[in-house]
Amino acid sequence: MGTVASTRRETPTGRSIVLDVPGWPGNIAGQHVDVRLTAPDGYQATRSYSIASAGPEPHFELAVDRLPTGEVSPYLVDELREGDQVEVRGPLGGWFVWTPAETRPVQLIAGGSGVVPLVAMLRSHAAAAADTPMRLLYSVRSPDDRFFADELGDWDVTYAYTRSAPDGMPVGRLTADTVAAAVLPPGALVFVCGPTRFVEAVATWLVDLGHRPQDVKTERFGG
Amino acid sequence: MSIFTRGFSGRGRENGPDLPPGQYLTEDFPVLSAGPTPDVAKEDWRFEIRTENGVTGWSWDEFMALKIDEVSTDIHCVTRWSKLGTSWRGVSLDTLFEHVDTSYEYTMAHSYGGYTTNVPLEDLLDGKAWVAFEFDGEELDPEHGGPARLLVPHLYFWKSAKWVRGLELMPQDQPGFWEQNGYNMYGDPWREERYW
Repeated sequence: MGTVASTRRETPTGRSIVLDVPGWPGNIAGQHVDVRLTAPDGYQATRSYSIASAGPEPHFELAVDRLPTGEVSPYLVDELREGDQVEVRGPLGGWFVWTPAETRPVQLIAGGSGVVPLVAMLRSHAAAAADTPMRLLYSVRSPDDRFFADELGDWDVTYAYTRSAPDGMPVGRLTADTVAAAVLPPGALVFVCGPTRFVEAVATWLVDLGHRPQDVKTERFGG
Repeated sequence: MSIFTRGFSGRGRENGPDLPPGQYLTEDFPVLSAGPTPDVAKEDWRFEIRTENGVTGWSWDEFMALKIDEVSTDIHCVTRWSKLGTSWRGVSLDTLFEHVDTSYEYTMAHSYGGYTTNVPLEDLLDGKAWVAFEFDGEELDPEHGGPARLLVPHLYFWKSAKWVRGLELMPQDQPGFWEQNGYNMYGDPWREERYW
């Protein structure tokens, strides 16, 4: 059982939520958690969410984007408040993860709220003072739609804006050329997270650029 | 019964008899993959069954000459979506195993791209599994496993290996890719066998 310690508005459609979970064993960067909600009539809904934090402490942070047709995400973004309790199960997942023991350079590529598990990797990297390069390419609608915008200022981040951008920056969907210009060369470990279409396109471009398929780890959401 | 979640009423109530516990219905066809989608040409495609007695294999053209089944089935992904009444065309594993002799009881499915998943042999036979190459009347998209994928709809869908290229028979059960990375060895959606 998790108790909401705090929430913070991150974007017009999303927010971050810190949950205190007594007995939580801690998690590594990139893992996710199942969140289960129970209605008064006993109806339950469970969804998986990526964790934005990493570490051994008995609390963790989620960041959730409201899906217009969603059942659980609108509740988490608009209704849940400090002190509320939700059931959690985790941490889950052993593939799309990064630990400071990894010595290869790391390229992170996010589409929209796919940035969440990648932020956990950046935080884990910073906490360990790891000296391997770690870079993020973040495709997002507009500057206002960035999750953890202030914190991202501390790291090596390239933005690609799809709807509106600050003056002087291009606007448009990510292209093979943008990816080629922004990412670390083959040999780097690459994590790609975002909507299915985004991940499909980016992963294909990476292989075309010479990245070995086994060096490209993907996580997809949505239909 | 768990405690209630303040302020949550829920919208779904999709607890029909066809929906396993903890699942919700989707009209989309989401994708779960660990890496890039492999590009497999039909002319290079082969499907092989490897046992302690040897290898039986088919080229794409030989495969298309086998008896083809029409399959209508529900599918359930461990990431909690279910899709009811999906339609497929493919070759039954019963057909493929007609001339295969083995005393082993476990299989490892191997895919182009390196993915693996383990399935007991008895879960592949008796009309329970296919190698499918058409979905909803169309050739199977590469992102959904084309040119051909395993279809084992009574287990969570990660067992239905995309881009499948063969089965290796094994004397003992061994974990495949997701099974080494946190998912259940068997994966029955009706018993919610999601994780370790």
